[in-house]
Amino acid sequence: MSIDRQSVPLLAIEDLSVEFRTRSGLVRALDRVGFTLKRGETLALVGESGSGKSVTAMAIMGILDDAAHATNGRITFGGLDMLAASPRVLDEIRGREVAMIFQNPRAALNPIRPIGKQIADILLRHGNVTAAQAPDRAIEMLSSVRIPDPKRRANSYPFELSGGMCQRVMIAMALACEPALLIADEPTTGLDITTQATIMDLIAELAAVHSMATLLITHDLGLASEYCDRIAVMHAGQIVETAPTASLFASPRHPYTAKLIAATPGEVPHLADLASIPGGLPDLRRADLPACRYSARCERMEDDCMLPPVPRLVLADGAEVVCRHPR
Amino acid sequence: MSEPLLQVDGLKKLYPLGGEAVLHAVAGVDFAIDRAETIGLVGESGCGKSTLVRLVTRLIDPSAGSIRFDGVEIGDRPARRFGKAPERAQIQMVFQDATDSLNPRYTAFHAIADPLRRLKAMSGSALRARVEEVARLTGLPPELLPRFPHQLSGGQKARVGIARAIAVEPRLLVLDEPTSALDVSVQVVILQLLQDLKERLGLSYLFVSHDLNVVRLLCDRILVMYLGRIVESGPAEEVFNAPRHPYTRALLSAVPTPGTTSRDRRIPLPGEPRSPINPDPKICSLYGRCYRSAERCTEVMPALDEIAPGRRVACHFPVLDLDEAVAEPVLVSQA
Repeated sequence: MSIDRQSVPLLAIEDLSVEFRTRSGLVRALDRVGFTLKRGETLALVGESGSGKSVTAMAIMGILDDAAHATNGRITFGGLDMLAASPRVLDEIRGREVAMIFQNPRAALNPIRPIGKQIADILLRHGNVTAAQAPDRAIEMLSSVRIPDPKRRANSYPFELSGGMCQRVMIAMALACEPALLIADEPTTGLDITTQATIMDLIAELAAVHSMATLLITHDLGLASEYCDRIAVMHAGQIVETAPTASLFASPRHPYTAKLIAATPGEVPHLADLASIPGGLPDLRRADLPACRYSARCERMEDDCMLPPVPRLVLADGAEVVCRHPR
Repeated sequence: MSEPLLQVDGLKKLYPLGGEAVLHAVAGVDFAIDRAETIGLVGESGCGKSTLVRLVTRLIDPSAGSIRFDGVEIGDRPARRFGKAPERAQIQMVFQDATDSLNPRYTAFHAIADPLRRLKAMSGSALRARVEEVARLTGLPPELLPRFPHQLSGGQKARVGIARAIAVEPRLLVLDEPTSALDVSVQVVILQLLQDLKERLGLSYLFVSHDLNVVRLLCDRILVMYLGRIVESGPAEEVFNAPRHPYTRALLSAVPTPGTTSRDRRIPLPGEPRSPINPDPKICSLYGRCYRSAERCTEVMPALDEIAPGRRVACHFPVLDLDEAVAEPVLVSQA
């Protein structure tokens, strides 16, 4: 396949806009989304429900709903134009070069096939192994994600495993072909906090060993802060700020980023120290959406915020902020 | 000294699984909740906290032990008749997911009015006035009362769930993960509403959550549960700043906190919890996963002992030095 793993950056998304045709009108789900990801780098995409995090992930994987349509922009992965690639090419890339793990592992696994066989299926499809080698490779994969007694567990069905174990199986499947990019969509939501720590440590460790790039999609700023080099903040289908993790927390430039941090329980001593975010997401079906979709909720809003284009500022530490009146 | 609002002693819930197998969901729990106090109950899935909540709210019957509410034993009354007991109105519950716990065919008004009709025999204009009063108290605009759940936002549904619970003037509110389905911006508002209601109405809360950052902000005291037992309890600030039980320590070390990195101070908790089916009554429930495991841990189950006023820990070797080195657990004998 014509994938150049050395290409810099590995993944580049430029000005991506996606619309959904629905019975109640056109939903402008993504608006000029852009970011890049280098080999071995970990980027978090954070935001509240409905901000477009999962749509972005699905657009990269080429698994958007039929009603969705990319109206603008490019997705380049290893030099390949993903939006123009044929279904056959995408089939080759998915599972081998780009892998994805989903939020609800038990729903994403085949309920009536033993987990060892499910991993072997991926290996046979993409992994240059013979039918005779596949079962043993599958057991090795289960052992690499630290499933105890992998030989016996390979014969288990998903319902026989705990949520944390199912997520490990998903990770084993995703990593079976040593992908260059892992997209993890809320991989630990619904799991216990100690299980979350184990799963995230495992992803981080495997990413380091294989120089794998990771796109972590999460609503949890704490998790993003702990595991990611950079964080991109989404609001109503727009990326409002992208910054190195430490700098994002030390000096959030976009008003929404500052509000999101102030609303997240963490180090603050009292409940009264947390601040809510006024207003809600705008209706993305509106034809007259303001250029900055946060403007209606923003305390720094001025008339010029409604007009395109909203300037994108690039700062010395590599941070990018899309705002007319940044801090 | 007056009796606490809720006093639980030796509470057990055992589920026979056929043959000799018995699942110990709640394996002997003691705690108390004072008037106007917020207790946080934390622990991981399968530790028995939902079973404990259902026992306390009298939705299921205990296998052993006592539950005293305001000095009156309520643990011996069959759960199926508790709906008619006068205490039903006094102990109310706010459920995890407002979407799943509201009847989709009830309007917000109907959802809030239902317990008032059943438990307070209210009707007519008195009923309407009370529903509007609690809607106001919980910040639910009265014009939303005719709406159905699917016409309400997540935060609005959470308010309906809370309004319904406080409508009948309970004294103890049991909240099972009330904000886990909400975005952080809405979660803040709901947590602050709960805090405000507690102060205004003098309520006691039993607050169940897996989000330790939230528990720390809302609760006066916390109970840490593991495999059907309480392993540590004490004032929230003290437990968070100086956890004494190795499990509490591991749990806190796994909490991701914005703007920090905790990976280097993580306490390992390898493997999975022991089976709750026919557990060996002599072996500590954390044995095998605990970095402080020693021979004594396989000989005597540690009791929840008071180590300082208000601080209880069920461990033979409580953590005194928070900077001590942590090694991978070593099994002394195969249990």
